[in-house]
Amino acid sequence: MIVEVKEKTVLCSACFNVTVSPLCPICADPRRDATQLCVVEDPRDIVAVERTREFRGRYHVLGGALSPIEGVGPEQLRVRELLARIEADEVAEVILCTNPNLEGDATAMYLARLLRPLGVKVTRIASGLPVGGDLEYADELTLGRALEGRREVDA
Amino acid sequence: MAQYRDEGVVIRTIRLGEADRIVTMVSPEHGKIRAVAKGVRKTKSRIGARLEPLSHVSLLCWQGRELDVVTQVELIDAFRPVREDLHRLGAAMTMLEIVEQFSLEHHPMPELFTMLVRALETLERTAAPMLLGAFCWKVLALEGFAPVVDSCARCGEDGELVAFDAADGGFLCRRCRRGQAVSPGAVELVRRVLGGGLAGVLGEPAGPAAQEMEHLATSAVELHLDRRLRTTRHHLAEPSASSAPGGQGA
Repeated sequence: MIVEVKEKTVLCSACFNVTVSPLCPICADPRRDATQLCVVEDPRDIVAVERTREFRGRYHVLGGALSPIEGVGPEQLRVRELLARIEADEVAEVILCTNPNLEGDATAMYLARLLRPLGVKVTRIASGLPVGGDLEYADELTLGRALEGRREVDA
Repeated sequence: MAQYRDEGVVIRTIRLGEADRIVTMVSPEHGKIRAVAKGVRKTKSRIGARLEPLSHVSLLCWQGRELDVVTQVELIDAFRPVREDLHRLGAAMTMLEIVEQFSLEHHPMPELFTMLVRALETLERTAAPMLLGAFCWKVLALEGFAPVVDSCARCGEDGELVAFDAADGGFLCRRCRRGQAVSPGAVELVRRVLGGGLAGVLGEPAGPAAQEMEHLATSAVELHLDRRLRTTRHHLAEPSASSAPGGQGA
């Protein structure tokens, strides 16, 4: 069984998701919006975003995040492939969906700086409080970011 | 098992199991600390956000045989302006790497720790271009590797210093020169950093002499550590042309 998984799975040739066909089901689906590209660190993050059912675009898996202290630079990530896709696929918006930690934030800042000259809209996922949680138990950094990213309530 | 309290600056974290992390920190009283932080990768963890690299925290830990266990964390400073600027973040990561390399487990290092926190606080206030270079020289001086800057490190003559060789212990005159050639501006900067003129140097703008001073400093640190610094290899602040196809977008 485990051997079979190892033999059959490959990386999608477009987004580098884990799949059993040359193109993953998301990249092969013509109903997905090709103008929106969600950049994630890891194939498992695709599963997490898909569960939200909020996103109808496509993905790009970087294969990690920048970490100077561990010696991971842009060359070790699929940054070149991302740029090539943005050029070829007429992407209008890139959503930077890396982890909200030091490495993920640094990766998002780096990519934003790299992508902006290409004339593509670059957005970063919001950061805030978990639904169903209690405000008094929130840590100061998360709550601070949630306050900073507040928005007007449409009533 | 004993419980202890200390401060710490988080250097790095690595994933452990399902939701834990091993956190490497430096502290004034316990030197380098490696401790398990349980459940911090879950979004509901209150201490996860506080144990990100660069955070200055106050800690309560249980001492373990190999790894300690973090039980309480309070945030002293997260250095947000540093995190949100790739250039400053790059300098801060190099400082963390250097301090980690100079620290040992269970060896108190109050001066080195204070120096790190002060440097990070300075970086939080201003993007001082010479901070990293100055920090390296100060750390070297603290560890007993201060370079000779007032006269030639080989012959002791007072004339003009034109080269730097870390193995010789400092700057060299025209006759003894070997190693790296240096400009008078860079020599003067190092002299001021080590001679009590640090505040003045930090207020000055970037320039070729500043770059040279930083380069000399990091290579001297590398020589004394006997290893290359990983964090100086990638300059996050300037997206490199090599990662863009045909140099586009860089």
